[in-house]
Amino acid sequence: MERNGKLPKIYLTAVFLVLYAPIFYLIFYSFNSGGTMSHFESFTWEHYAAVFEDKRLIIIVLNTVVVALLSALISTAIGVMGAITIHYMKNKAMRNAMLSMNSILMVSPDVIIGASFLILFTLVGIKLGFASVLLSHIAFSIPIVVIMVLPKLQEMSPTLIDAALDLGATRKEIMSRVILPFIKPGIFAGFFLALTYSLDDFAVTFFVTGNGFSTLSVEIYSMARTGVTLTINALSGLIFVITAGLILGYYFLTNRPKTPARGLKR
Amino acid sequence: MMRDLKRMVRRMKTNRASLRLSMVPYSLWIILFVIAPIGLIVYYSFFDLSGNFTFDNYKNFFTSVYLKLTVSSFWYAFLITFFSLLISYPTAYFLTKLKHKQLWLLLIIIPSWINLLLKTYAFIGLMGLYGPVNALLETVGIGKQQILFTDFSFVFVSVYIFIPFMILPIFNALDKLNPALIDASRDLGANAWTTFRRVIWPLTLNGVKSGIQVVFIPALSLFMITRLIAGNKVITLGTAIEQQFLVTQNWGMGSTIAVFLILFMVVILLLTTANERGMAGSGKKR
Repeated sequence: MERNGKLPKIYLTAVFLVLYAPIFYLIFYSFNSGGTMSHFESFTWEHYAAVFEDKRLIIIVLNTVVVALLSALISTAIGVMGAITIHYMKNKAMRNAMLSMNSILMVSPDVIIGASFLILFTLVGIKLGFASVLLSHIAFSIPIVVIMVLPKLQEMSPTLIDAALDLGATRKEIMSRVILPFIKPGIFAGFFLALTYSLDDFAVTFFVTGNGFSTLSVEIYSMARTGVTLTINALSGLIFVITAGLILGYYFLTNRPKTPARGLKR
Repeated sequence: MMRDLKRMVRRMKTNRASLRLSMVPYSLWIILFVIAPIGLIVYYSFFDLSGNFTFDNYKNFFTSVYLKLTVSSFWYAFLITFFSLLISYPTAYFLTKLKHKQLWLLLIIIPSWINLLLKTYAFIGLMGLYGPVNALLETVGIGKQQILFTDFSFVFVSVYIFIPFMILPIFNALDKLNPALIDASRDLGANAWTTFRRVIWPLTLNGVKSGIQVVFIPALSLFMITRLIAGNKVITLGTAIEQQFLVTQNWGMGSTIAVFLILFMVVILLLTTANERGMAGSGKKR
């Protein structure tokens, strides 16, 4: 590919520049002592201080994190059970039906998920707020966990379970000492994705959140509608550092141990 | 022999017992959060504002207002998908040629994990009347332009947001491509363009299809970007649904639009889902 010369490099550089420009632009102006995103006056930390002083904002951040962690945990648990259910299902037609059911929420546009959940919660009588947001985040994260765990189950040789049975393992032991350790990478990947799904969601939350409860995305939306506030920039700076750290950490964690049999040796 | 039998019996019991246990929460989820919501959407689409059974919502959908809306929504989604593909394919292709391609791919993905709202918000500043883009235009001599709240800004920001999702499946398809096939094509006398058109493109078509799938459907239903970037000038099916549900409180009409959006989604899925035969063909290599 040396024949192409510099073109690929220039092209990729341009794409990277465009992809990262808005993010660094936001972060850059988070240090601006002037109140706008167009004129850099002088360096200041005041907007970061404002983020930490704003009690309402802190509560919203906490809400967001709590919803994300709880929904990721619960959806991972249900998703793993779902993947195991689907994997060990004998009836092929039923299995395919379950698989397509699983993918419905993954391809559905957010607006549809949000609108239909809004009807559902109103009908059932669940008050719009923390409960409805948490429930919907759990609901839309479950399929991604299933998708991440299923391939691991398919990779697992059935002889492992036979061996465990021959050695006298009970049902519980097979689950906790054979199946779960084997599919652990899939479970972690699913949990991680569920976490990011929840943190990133705007549309579904926007539909099912009531007046008293707000997550970061919804809050940024209402702030952005009223105009530019550099507090958002400071917030985005913080979020960027945390997100990039998490992703890079995840990358190096998952790419380091290249011994797939590690979980079994113990 | 006896042991085998015992094992089989135990295995059957094991499977049945653990299946029954793990089946409950997941099945509940399917019933409550997959089947029920869709059922409710369809059900509500037959009711008007005062709760009477009616087909009016469907009649309304086929009036010029909503048909125009649907057509323009498709047109924007098409533009967004087209430009995303145009930019993503070469990016994915060049990425596969890099040394640490997985790390570079990760770097492409990172922006997609930054909160969508923040990225959109950044463009409000970037494209604003006093923003850097206008400052640049002014120094070049073109002068200040109203960029925000135009079709251009809407398509641009949407493309920006969808690019990583388009790159990912195409990258995976290109990465799986056997380089020997390209060598073979060259040896047989095909030039770069023919090789691309007859070898690379057909073999990565499934990646392109899933890329289109993950961009086109969300693009049809965008509603936040239309408000923040397009300033309500662009109305997509998503915006219309949001408006009916949260502003007008007309759940019946909102549900009817949602029913059509679901139908469109199914059609798009059928068109873009990798067909089994093609999969088998490319799977043989392995």
